[in-house]
Amino acid sequence: MRLRPVLAPVPEAHHVDGRDPFLARIGMIVLHPVRAARQRINRWVAARVSRQPGPVSIARHRIYIVPTRFGYGYGVLLLVMLAGAMNYSNSMAFALTFLLMGLGLLGMHHTHANLLNLRLRVGKTAAVFAGEQARFEVWLENPSAETRYTIALGWPDEPPGAYLDVPAEGQVLGTLLLAAPQRGWLRAPRFAVATEFPLGLLHAWTWIELDMNTVVYPAPSTQLRQPPVAAGDSGHAATNRPGVDEFVGLRAYAPGDTPRTIHWKSFAKMGLPVVKHFGETISSERVFDWAALTGLDTEARLQQLTRWVLDAEAAREPYVLALPELVLGPALGEAHQHQCLRALALYGLPGGGA
Amino acid sequence: MSTARPAVSSYLHVATLLRLLAVLALVLAPHLARLPSWETAAVLAVIAWRAWAARRHFTMPSKWIRGALALAAFAAVFASYGRINGQHAGVALLVVMAALKLTEMDQRRDVMVMVFLMYFICTTHFLFSQELWTLLYLLLTTAAITTVLIESNHAGEPLPLKVTAKRGGRLVAQALPLMLLMFVLFPRVPGPIWGLPSDAGAARSGLSDRMAPGDIAGLILSDELAFRVQFDGDAPERNQLYWRGPVFWEFDGREWTEGGPVYTAPYPVQLLGESIGYEVTLEPNRTTWLFALDSIDPAQRPADSVITADGRLLTPKPVRERMLYRAVSHPRYVAQPELPDLHRRMALRLPRNRNPQAVALAAQWRQEGQSAETMVQSALSLFRNQPFFYTLNPPILEGGNPVDEFLFNTRRGFCEHYASAFTTLMRAGGVPARVVTGYQGGERNAIGGYYTVRQSDAHAWAEVWLQGQGWVRIDPTAAVAPNRVEQNLQSALAADEALPFTLRRSGMQLFTQLEARWDWVNAQWNRWVLAYGPDLQKELMSRFGIEGWRDLMLTMIVTLSAAVGVFGLIALRRAAPAQSRDAALKLWQQATQRLARDGLVQRPQEGPQRFIARVLEQRPELAESLAPLLQAYLAARYQSSNSEPGMLEALVQRFKPRRIKRG
Repeated sequence: MRLRPVLAPVPEAHHVDGRDPFLARIGMIVLHPVRAARQRINRWVAARVSRQPGPVSIARHRIYIVPTRFGYGYGVLLLVMLAGAMNYSNSMAFALTFLLMGLGLLGMHHTHANLLNLRLRVGKTAAVFAGEQARFEVWLENPSAETRYTIALGWPDEPPGAYLDVPAEGQVLGTLLLAAPQRGWLRAPRFAVATEFPLGLLHAWTWIELDMNTVVYPAPSTQLRQPPVAAGDSGHAATNRPGVDEFVGLRAYAPGDTPRTIHWKSFAKMGLPVVKHFGETISSERVFDWAALTGLDTEARLQQLTRWVLDAEAAREPYVLALPELVLGPALGEAHQHQCLRALALYGLPGGGA
Repeated sequence: MSTARPAVSSYLHVATLLRLLAVLALVLAPHLARLPSWETAAVLAVIAWRAWAARRHFTMPSKWIRGALALAAFAAVFASYGRINGQHAGVALLVVMAALKLTEMDQRRDVMVMVFLMYFICTTHFLFSQELWTLLYLLLTTAAITTVLIESNHAGEPLPLKVTAKRGGRLVAQALPLMLLMFVLFPRVPGPIWGLPSDAGAARSGLSDRMAPGDIAGLILSDELAFRVQFDGDAPERNQLYWRGPVFWEFDGREWTEGGPVYTAPYPVQLLGESIGYEVTLEPNRTTWLFALDSIDPAQRPADSVITADGRLLTPKPVRERMLYRAVSHPRYVAQPELPDLHRRMALRLPRNRNPQAVALAAQWRQEGQSAETMVQSALSLFRNQPFFYTLNPPILEGGNPVDEFLFNTRRGFCEHYASAFTTLMRAGGVPARVVTGYQGGERNAIGGYYTVRQSDAHAWAEVWLQGQGWVRIDPTAAVAPNRVEQNLQSALAADEALPFTLRRSGMQLFTQLEARWDWVNAQWNRWVLAYGPDLQKELMSRFGIEGWRDLMLTMIVTLSAAVGVFGLIALRRAAPAQSRDAALKLWQQATQRLARDGLVQRPQEGPQRFIARVLEQRPELAESLAPLLQAYLAARYQSSNSEPGMLEALVQRFKPRRIKRG
């Protein structure tokens, strides 16, 4: 089966060859009556589809139906057969022609009913990186006792992304893929639920806009840039360096430790010398600081930070993400990663602080 | 439950293709018997090759090969028929092209094109045959083609045949009442609109426009129906049932042809006595003769027909379609009381120097001073008293004087031998005479009360002109074999001359009865379905007060819309939420409402299982009643097949969370 993109782009009249918009519209109606009719229907519908959290049931008055290319071919075939039957006064040819006409008329109801009362529910959506395809999952529920075959899901202007059979009183998961070119929130637009089953002579469809959103993380930078160390200037990853500022813990006595550091209380209890251990505040975490990435624009900074977050997760090393007005971590793990990436995705966007 | 598939490809599944090939074979089957043998073989070979290619995943031949095949097919059809248009050649071309379409078919959309082609090929079959069984063919093929159409519109793996066949069958069954409405109410116009190809309609059959010895004996072996007759009142005696056809004037010594100075003159006849009205349903025979009893009343002849001066009833165009006409005849009549000189001369003409013995015999009778009437008797008594035999297998008369050979040598012949010899004798004796062919007799159908006249009833007799009596029918065959006229052919033949099985009617009670029944059904089919045209429609509709095509159109649109609407409602009901599920949901809501009174509310995103788990965390004492309730609900809602009806209802009614809490 071939399902055409159901919402053909509506060429605004003044875009067409710079001709008179009125004439262009007339030309469209004359040259492409079907496309013109569909566009009209779609414009009319677009104003009436509202974004809903779901589930949405496909109601009778929201199903639109027009013949397909094959539907018109079928019509021509029947006219030829009818003319032949009249010319030959052939009763059986009349009978066959009328039977096929009956089939065509019934096909309308059957195609319409194939879509009717289907219920659509939002499924899961996972975050993606910019440049990838976002996956929006939609559950199709069929409350009726009749299996619905070949239900197409698709965005406007695109061939259907999925064809589904929805079993009687069952449900099935459909996935709509949408390109996510930019970081930030990605709203799933209106999509079409369509069918041409069973005869392929008629195309029935409806528009649905489910409240599906997903976060698009910035695309990770591909440049290899070493993450900076937040404290100290040595430029390489810090280990515990002996210092005097802060009590860290107790450790076994080693030759060379000054008696001043011996923890005498423990020595009395355990009979072994232990020394108090002091160190400087040099964390083992990596700190990815927005402010440290000078010389880059906002998007490049965000992409670089994203790269580091992913690398740190891959290396299983805790990290801190420091953005202006927001510091996350130190921590490690999926939740932390998501929090960081989400903050990066929404940085600077309206409502992005959430 | 499957997840999303990738976008549907145009890949044509092997199973779908094989089913399509099977349906194509079914659609072509009745055509194949009619086509030239090379084409039948070629079409079957292409179908078999395509099935094999599908299993082995061959690539389809290049467009050059396909083009060459198409050209070859054109050439072959032209070679077979001498043309590529017209009914026979056109259908042959259509069938071979449909087969060749298979060689480029490897996509789903090609199936749609093929489906349209198959519907069309199905129509062309009715140009050749509209028998009752073709109705079965129509329904069967339409259901099969529609099944393939449904299958080609399903994305992914092919559906089980059971599913698509059920859908296809249901669609065709629902379309049947719509077909019936349109068939009866669609305004019919008299055809043809743009003319028919010269080879349209049935093949030429039945009587010929010439008669040589052996012609009618060959025809008699055919059981084919010539026409059916329904008499208004009682039928005349069987020996009165002479159905007049071609009349022959010209004789070359061997063969009789029509001729005669008869087309411009009127038919002068004095009708006497009672009249007989009857309705004839003539099978198409591609000739212009209509058959009527002698003598037809010219004033009440069928519309558009002509009567020649020798009483032949003609229609202007050859009969290509089954034709219904009414006629009125008078068994007693005087045809052409005054014989014009020209007619007399033509009715006496004999070829020079042919059949000298017969001519001499008649001359002798004349010299004896026999009157015309006596001469007729002399000739008949010759047949009666000499050893003449009535036989289907007479000796072949090859000489130049076949009448002499028959009269004085072989003396074994069929009706055309007797009619020809008798007329020759009369003409030689100076009595104006001519040969008449047509049908004699007919078989009464016990069920319908009508008569069937078959090719096996074909007959030839003679007419002589007698002063004061006009043209008088003389059947010389009756002199030899009276049973031929009074009973039937079988009884007239010698016992050792067996007719083909289908012509042996007597003595086989059950067979005869079944055949009568079947013929009656066919007669009704012809009368009401195949003959349904502008006239019958007008007549039928006026009984319901529907006059004119506007009324017809309006009635059709209204009733058709109503019928389509009914099927629309059925479709809506089928698409409505299932009863079981709906009822289960209501019961479930009753139960959850009782829980809601205690502040336990099912959250929107919470499934029933998770909700009950949460309830039981807070109210473990409800487990005893809630667990089976949940099970029954899930079974009723999601596996309606194995849920126990009434179970859920009982559990919900018993479920009283508050009381249990207090208790």
